[in-house]
Amino acid sequence: MTPGYLARRLAAVLLVLLVVSFAVFAITMILPGNAAVMILGEYATPDQLAAVSERLGLNRPWSVQYLDWLGGMFRGDWGMSLRLSLPVAGLIASAFANSAMLAATALVTVTVIAIPLGIAAAVKRGTRADLAIGLLAYIGTSMPEFVTATLLIVFLAGPESGLFPAGGFVSPLEDFWGFVAHVMLPAGTLSLVLTAHIARQTRSEMADVLASDYVRAARLKGLAEPAVLRRHALPNALAPTIAVISLDIGYLLGGIIVVEEIFAWPGLGRLLIYALENRDLPVIMGVTLVLAMVYATSNLISDLVIAIIDPRVRYA
Amino acid sequence: MRELLRSPAGLVGTCLLLLVGAMMVLGPLLAPYDPQSFHPRARLQGPSLAHLLGTDQFGRDLLSRLLHGARNTVAFGLGATALGVIIGSIIGVTAGVIGGWIDSAIMRVLDGLLAVPDLLFTLLIVTMLGAGMGYAMLAVSVAFTPGMARIARSAVLSIRTREYVLAAIARGESWGWIIGREVLPNAIGPIVVEATIRVSFAMMIGATLGFLGLGAQPPSTEWGLMVAEARQFMFRSPWCVAVPGVAIALAALGFNLFGDALRDSFDPRRRLR
Repeated sequence: MTPGYLARRLAAVLLVLLVVSFAVFAITMILPGNAAVMILGEYATPDQLAAVSERLGLNRPWSVQYLDWLGGMFRGDWGMSLRLSLPVAGLIASAFANSAMLAATALVTVTVIAIPLGIAAAVKRGTRADLAIGLLAYIGTSMPEFVTATLLIVFLAGPESGLFPAGGFVSPLEDFWGFVAHVMLPAGTLSLVLTAHIARQTRSEMADVLASDYVRAARLKGLAEPAVLRRHALPNALAPTIAVISLDIGYLLGGIIVVEEIFAWPGLGRLLIYALENRDLPVIMGVTLVLAMVYATSNLISDLVIAIIDPRVRYA
Repeated sequence: MRELLRSPAGLVGTCLLLLVGAMMVLGPLLAPYDPQSFHPRARLQGPSLAHLLGTDQFGRDLLSRLLHGARNTVAFGLGATALGVIIGSIIGVTAGVIGGWIDSAIMRVLDGLLAVPDLLFTLLIVTMLGAGMGYAMLAVSVAFTPGMARIARSAVLSIRTREYVLAAIARGESWGWIIGREVLPNAIGPIVVEATIRVSFAMMIGATLGFLGLGAQPPSTEWGLMVAEARQFMFRSPWCVAVPGVAIALAALGFNLFGDALRDSFDPRRRLR
């Protein structure tokens, strides 16, 4: 990989984050009622409002406020939550760890299940197994997370079956099996949508590769089918599949918002919903920026991995 | 059109869409009860002859609510997508046709906005504007704009260098004429396909907003809201959450299948497989 390629990609990520930070800031500027109103409530006197606005620096021009906020983000000073009176950085750090555990569980599950499914569907194209996998994929992409989650709770966490807890969180460090029981349903909800999407994409990439000239050439020279798959087809179908997985991290980040809210999982999604309901601006801005950062970073990593796997990208 | 109906996916998708369309147009006429009228003696019932799909916690007839709700949920998806597609296409086509630094600047901003997941983007905008169907629809369409703009632009880029466009530029036609008469009719295929699939996303996001209490407000018959309201009673009567939930999934499935079949019929290379 050339240093130039790396530098270009890094610059692009920074630019993306700058655009996001500005967009988020702009949205919070347009929100009716500023931070002073949020702190003091609706019945504050104008004098009180003026005093708090002065203390928070809300009377400065928006450009100064933006740069000040952005500078704070870089220094690790993310401000104070207006409702919880705790530093935003600390709140986000603990929520981030919880969300990461949920997302990682879902992502690993999905990768282990979806890629073999997609490959199987492509190899056995047109058979009943392919049809079944395709059908599953369609059902998965057509179910919103809140429907899947609700149905899973009804059938697996109800008072009668009671196989899993209907919500809550247990730290894996304190009680590992408790964590597994609690993570099962939320991770399962997220996995259904992602498995559907990734299996479908893997199938289509693999089908393209299997129809290519080099796979035909490999077969014609008498290579056994497993060797054709392992040596020629798989490596070429892998790069686009990785790209799809990194795009799906975007879905995952949207999905955790709903899923955490439903399963009372104390992660970024739940924190965000809480902040949105309470108009807690510093928290809203912080969480949004962190989610965008995760997405941009995962795209960067996938680009780099693809560049390592696929020499055509590296030298393009 | 015959192409579309030949594949099983296209056939099922078209049937589901016809069903959903019929519910939107005829739903309120077919509904056996008033969707808001309470039947206190028939609360949380399973399906019966009197109430074909059962009743909710106030004894409201679920079939009637479902039939009335189709307009809310599906029209929401169609409206939000249409708006997002129009704004996005205008931005994308303009960027693609003009090119140069304006194109790069627009695309960098769009890249930034694309790094915000759709649902998060929508939530931020809804918080800014306030809860309610109209605002939620606007929010989803704004969230869709960057993605649609990208697709429209890439469709345009492949057409931009064709002879007929170069000829129009050489004739000294205005940009508006070139975009409207030469580029757009030829770039419309991928845009329509993407839009069809996005209707299902828009519907799901709309229902999710209703579910979270940020979209449709009670006593609306929006399907996501129906799930949210029935959640309190889900263990006593799983039926109440299942009916609207499955309805959302089937409608989304219809748009997904139809969109994929449409894509295959536009792309002869895929059709052969």
